[in-house]
Amino acid sequence: MNVQPFKYTLASIFKYASLILAAFIALVPIVVVLFASLKTNAEYATSSPLAPPANWLNFANYTKAFVDGNMLVGFKNTIIILIISIVGATLTGSMIAYVLDRFKFKGKKIMVAAFLLATLIPSVTTQVATFQIINALDLFNTRWAAIVMYLGTDIIAVYIFLQFLGSISNALDESAMLDGASYFTIYWRIILPLLKPAIVTVIIVKGVNIYNDFYTPFLYMPKTDLQVISTALFKFKGPFGSQWEVISAGIMIAIIPTMIIFLLLQKYIYNGFAQGSVK
Amino acid sequence: MKYLKISNWGYSAQRIFIICAFSIIPLALLFTFAYLPVINMFQYSFTDWNGYSKRFDYVGFENYTRIFSDPEYFKVFIVSLYYFVATFVQMGLALYFATILSFKIRGKNFFKGILFFPYLLNGVAIGFIFLFFFKPDGTLDTLMQAVGLGQYTQLWLGNPNIINVSLAGASVWRYMGFNFIIFLGAISSIQKDVYEASDIDGANRWQQFRHIILPSITRILQLNLILAISGAISAFDIPYIMTDGSNGSETFVIQTVHLAFKYGKLGLASAMAVVLLFIVILVTLVQRVTMKGEE
Repeated sequence: MNVQPFKYTLASIFKYASLILAAFIALVPIVVVLFASLKTNAEYATSSPLAPPANWLNFANYTKAFVDGNMLVGFKNTIIILIISIVGATLTGSMIAYVLDRFKFKGKKIMVAAFLLATLIPSVTTQVATFQIINALDLFNTRWAAIVMYLGTDIIAVYIFLQFLGSISNALDESAMLDGASYFTIYWRIILPLLKPAIVTVIIVKGVNIYNDFYTPFLYMPKTDLQVISTALFKFKGPFGSQWEVISAGIMIAIIPTMIIFLLLQKYIYNGFAQGSVK
Repeated sequence: MKYLKISNWGYSAQRIFIICAFSIIPLALLFTFAYLPVINMFQYSFTDWNGYSKRFDYVGFENYTRIFSDPEYFKVFIVSLYYFVATFVQMGLALYFATILSFKIRGKNFFKGILFFPYLLNGVAIGFIFLFFFKPDGTLDTLMQAVGLGQYTQLWLGNPNIINVSLAGASVWRYMGFNFIIFLGAISSIQKDVYEASDIDGANRWQQFRHIILPSITRILQLNLILAISGAISAFDIPYIMTDGSNGSETFVIQTVHLAFKYGKLGLASAMAVVLLFIVILVTLVQRVTMKGEE
């Protein structure tokens, strides 16, 4: 008779134990880096990675990483690229989605198929050839190299917008047309504002991808003035070599903005990813 | 000025204008960055071009014969297998945690946040975090010593037999949260009354998982499987940042990048990329066909 509750508790213990273990595994690699980033060089050399720093307010490594690692330049370039790419992706993505969802015309099926087929091509495979195109367009070692690539490969945004447009009633367009609104006005005044949740999704999904991308800036913008957060951090491998306390500070500087945004926008971020993936 | 405003045009003229104006940029981008590279890549794959000289010669299938006759080039597929297997571990864990966090549980949002968070981190930061984790006397060694497993510590990134397991492990750490959040979203779209009905029928959690959750998320599982396969073949960030492909951790993409940009063998690299592209497309098509068959 007592078997049922006992089994239930056992399952419950297992459930919580597995969650705590998973949380531990997810956090430990980051927490030890946080510890290391607050240690002095001597302290780092003598203490265990698992030992907390002696002084929680020792930010010397952070200053060093930020200044010597040129991270300000990294932040500046990342932000410029982020803003232009996201605005561009929102506009081009919603525009093509509007056309594909609202109009019937010759060649529409081919266009939809062209966008679909492109998802089959993993961009890493074509990188070697894309490099030559960027070169031919004279964009190598400019911020536009990254920007046009983030725009050009942006099929996700088109999908998200198409999905949302399908749920916006055509009757809205029609009644606006009775009032004499142009197609452009309909897009700009009716469709775009109603796409707000989709736009938030696109901003989040794209924003995370761009902020974390290493490949594109590494390959296309090697110039020091053009380094982004990823490439600025990657350069720590050379000069700071074994100074793990400085590298750790660099790592923390790169992930703190993500942490803050995550804590502020948690709800939207979850929705963004859940919606962004359902095609 | 009045006549220049599109709102004064007839709707049929407007229609043509807006279709053209709104399509031209996206289509130009799509062609330039999705299709043109593929076409060019095919062309390069039949040449001996080094990527920078003005002229190059067509060499027929020479690059392809080289790839298929030299086992050196195929080693990278064995490396992909590690990431492929890791993907199943990753999806299994994600499914487990998504399921238990879909039901009533303490600290739900806390665990949800922590499990998902690694996915949001910068790729280079993760590379460094795991260099620190796996280095001799690093986090992992210290943890193992602390729990009395000190004799099992290894050169996690120095031993060619283990390096890919270590790197694939880092990859699981990074991407598990992504699968987790997708599954969580899919599970949460299941109507609540279905569970209630099954509760009344006396179904236990496992039965609910097996007969309610699993069938409802089959599509999203398959979708993730497709992503997983192409993800495994195109693994790049973590191994490149952490080891640069040394000690037998070279993946297909690292090899292609090295060939093309380090050794100037752009023709050969393109041929490899063509092979990779065919594999990915083939696998995806097979997946889609089998998926359709089930529906």
